[in-house]
Amino acid sequence: MRNLGFLLQKEFRQIFRDKTILAMMLALPIIQLMILPWAMNLDIKNINLSIVDNDHSSYSQQLITRIGSSGYFRIISADRSYKEALVHIENGSSDLIMELPAGFERNLVREGKQNIGISIDAINGSKASIGGAYLASVISDFNADLAINQMEAPDYKTTPMGFMEINFSNWYNPLAEYKYFFVPGVLVLLLTMIGGFMTALNIVREKEVGTIEQINVTPIKKWEFILGKLIPFWIIGMIVFTIGLLVIRAVYGISSVGSLPLLYIVAGTYMIALLGFGLLVSTFCDSQVQAMFVAFFFILIFILMSGLFTAVQSMPHWARIISVLTPVSHFIKIMRMIMLKGSGFPDILIELGYIFSFALVLNGWAIWNYRKTS
Amino acid sequence: MEEKVIVCKDLTKQFGDFCAVDKISFDVSKGEIFGFLGANGAGKTTAMRILCGLSYPSSGEATVAGFSVKNQQESIKKNIGYMSQKFSLYENLSIRENIEFFGGVYGVSRKDIRERSDNLIQDLGLQKEANKLVGGLPLGWKQKLAFSVAIFHRPKIVFLDEPTGGVDPVTRRQFWDMIYDASASGITIFVTTHYMDEAEYCNRISVMVDGKMEALDSPANLKKQYATDSMDEAFYKLARGARRSGD
Amino acid sequence: MKELWVFIRKEFKQVFRDPRTLLIMFGLPVAQIVLFGFALTSEVKNIDILIADNAKDIMSMQITDKIRANSYFIVQEKNIGGADIDRKFKEGSVQAVLIFPTGFSNDLMHEGKAGVQIITDGTDPNTAKTIENYLTNIISNYQREKFPSASLRYQILTEPRMLYNEEDNGSMNFIPGVMALILMLVCTALTSVSIVKEKELGTMEILLVSPFKPVMVLVAKAVPYFILSVINFTFILLLSVFLLHINIKGSVLLLYLESALFILTCLSLGLLISNATNAQQTALLISMMGMMLPTIILTGFIFPLENMPWILRTISNLVPSKWYFLIIKSVMLKGLGFQYVWKETLILVIMTTVLLTIALKKFKIRLQ
Repeated sequence: MRNLGFLLQKEFRQIFRDKTILAMMLALPIIQLMILPWAMNLDIKNINLSIVDNDHSSYSQQLITRIGSSGYFRIISADRSYKEALVHIENGSSDLIMELPAGFERNLVREGKQNIGISIDAINGSKASIGGAYLASVISDFNADLAINQMEAPDYKTTPMGFMEINFSNWYNPLAEYKYFFVPGVLVLLLTMIGGFMTALNIVREKEVGTIEQINVTPIKKWEFILGKLIPFWIIGMIVFTIGLLVIRAVYGISSVGSLPLLYIVAGTYMIALLGFGLLVSTFCDSQVQAMFVAFFFILIFILMSGLFTAVQSMPHWARIISVLTPVSHFIKIMRMIMLKGSGFPDILIELGYIFSFALVLNGWAIWNYRKTS
Repeated sequence: MEEKVIVCKDLTKQFGDFCAVDKISFDVSKGEIFGFLGANGAGKTTAMRILCGLSYPSSGEATVAGFSVKNQQESIKKNIGYMSQKFSLYENLSIRENIEFFGGVYGVSRKDIRERSDNLIQDLGLQKEANKLVGGLPLGWKQKLAFSVAIFHRPKIVFLDEPTGGVDPVTRRQFWDMIYDASASGITIFVTTHYMDEAEYCNRISVMVDGKMEALDSPANLKKQYATDSMDEAFYKLARGARRSGD
Repeated sequence: MKELWVFIRKEFKQVFRDPRTLLIMFGLPVAQIVLFGFALTSEVKNIDILIADNAKDIMSMQITDKIRANSYFIVQEKNIGGADIDRKFKEGSVQAVLIFPTGFSNDLMHEGKAGVQIITDGTDPNTAKTIENYLTNIISNYQREKFPSASLRYQILTEPRMLYNEEDNGSMNFIPGVMALILMLVCTALTSVSIVKEKELGTMEILLVSPFKPVMVLVAKAVPYFILSVINFTFILLLSVFLLHINIKGSVLLLYLESALFILTCLSLGLLISNATNAQQTALLISMMGMMLPTIILTGFIFPLENMPWILRTISNLVPSKWYFLIIKSVMLKGLGFQYVWKETLILVIMTTVLLTIALKKFKIRLQ
């Protein structure tokens, strides 16, 4: 125990003396937390549309006007041919092309059916495909509102047979604001990086410089050394977490619906797991560069498979397993559950169990791996 | 019969096919200054690391301060001091802070730490630098400081791995004065070096060549044996058949 | 020139001396890209939906069956009310709830209309919207089949075409972005320690007294990593083509040249970082930890850049991977030629020049 006291004294002295590292651990995450979530917005708006109107009829005019006033689209060009419109897709100024065939209005009345071509820039990801879906629904509304349809089937609007009215409601996030979704997750990611990178680098640095050998030759016990490394970074992690919660409240106006103490218990356990990860990496690496790249490999996987940027549920089965095997995804889930939905202890039990197991396994493995004598 | 603080019998360390330390046997008496010589790559550092409890022997036996290197490493560590080639103090801690840390983990009481560190700082003439970071010190001072920290807790034996690398002759001489003082107070000194003039300062020396111990005697006897006045010559005659070079 | 070559050879040897580090530096990124290519998708699948069927009549059960048959949904059935629904959401076991009122079919047949309630977990707004879209489609399709008279006399049909991705390859969405991200982070980190290491080890002095011009030092340090990175990029491309079935629609040569340019930009950034710090630790932390999230977000492959506040959009213009991302999309996936990407290319060239110049200046100052 006594040794632990001396170790902690030394670690804290070293940490506070190194202003750059302190800045990296405290200032950088907080600044990122304040700035980055503003960029995280998946709203689909300002969909750029190029229209090829080969018909120039009143119907096509009405449709175009309707599309323009829907608010989703920005009609950036009216082209004379599909080929011309394609150029806009190629240079990225347009996400969609809508092509109205010649004789559109006349043929619709005569034959009862007409096709409108929608071409979607599939490279532009969700924006274009969701944009395509919006366009289809605007066209479908236009279709229903056409006078000819109104006249021919007067019953349609007044007493339609089997008209199903769908009532949508969105819980926990009535304004569907993305920040509720992303901000807690960003804090988790920042904590993850601190826990994962810092311990790994710190210990491997001692290896490189040679001071670890000096420690190994003293009577300091293995567990004392390890605790001496974990505790200071754990404290810093919890401080960052606290500042993070305050920032979230101040900058985004989000405060936790659920129990704060519960949140802290989870955060504390999570930090232990991440620090264990860093510790484990350090037992395998001889140089700082190695440690960094190995940690980077895992942490990037943690981040991208965490469910923050893309839904875990949509991933293939094996990828979902990997996601389950990362501690990050569980903490993000819990953060959302507690902060946004007010979930209680029994609800998060399973997820917390995962995190706890990670803490146990990672730290246990690291401790087992660490050899004072080799 | 002098008390033996280090006893080594057929100590061997293998890395795969490579035999770094090949069945060395020797012992060191209490209070001796024992020089462990050899060219680079001869196996000195590997052998020393086993004796310090940093490395497991592949076969053979050794006891340090009465404890076995095979399974009592932690007990060994309580009784020894160590100074590595890189001096291994924390560069971003001050002199006082380094002393405080190492003294503390070796079990020196806080009161004693304070007293002894005051004395130490005075003896080294570092009063003005006491609170400055070790990283900013010149090499010679770092070295003397590292040695002082290594014996701060009055260990039975202190292991020094090439402690005088890169310092000027005057500093080296002063350093060896410190070693003599330590030896006089009852600490056994186990020092590796490839400076042959330093070999003269030791009570007995051993010479390792290609992992084997090729000589074990006092400097005077060795010089007589190889019919030369200088240890350089004697060493050269011993080691010139060596096949390994470079650590 | 000859001296430069010798210097470069020495740098090469140093890099190759450590096979483990080499494997880590170059093998891992390749593995990551493949992993993400397979795993990441912007589609919404495996939706846990709870159907509370209070009617249990023909039509509600038919609709339920249709949803069940849809591969995107995983259906649970239970008759529960408000508080229990809240419970289920909080547990996280469902993402959407669909409620049929009692007498559903009756109302449809006799009164001509009936209501259906869909509640989604709004904590993930995008998923919620997509789920709503899916359900709307299923229900309207059912409606159209069951009640043809409810469909319009005059129908406008739309046939959406997915340009550049007729085969509907899901990886296309994320691979370019992941490539830009990983290349940027890894290449920057590679060189970020190169100069600092020498400073820490003390071998910097040797370089400084040598007859080498400062610019040669920087070049020599970057060359081995440049070559290795280009080889690495080749592996990444091969894996993308053969494992992930991505077709390189455009000129492979152009793709290589652009990628080589981008790698150069990143290496220059790394050199600059290397010059600006004194400890390996700091350099690594800046180039990896400091840059990770900003690069992921500001490259624009997950979050649309046009949605961001203008400050962030401006900052994103300073992020090299953002430009490279545009270039890859255009050249690799759309098959466009240089005339479409000359602007982005020029920007990368300017960035590289600026970064190298600053790095050189800082390096020279250190010599004084």
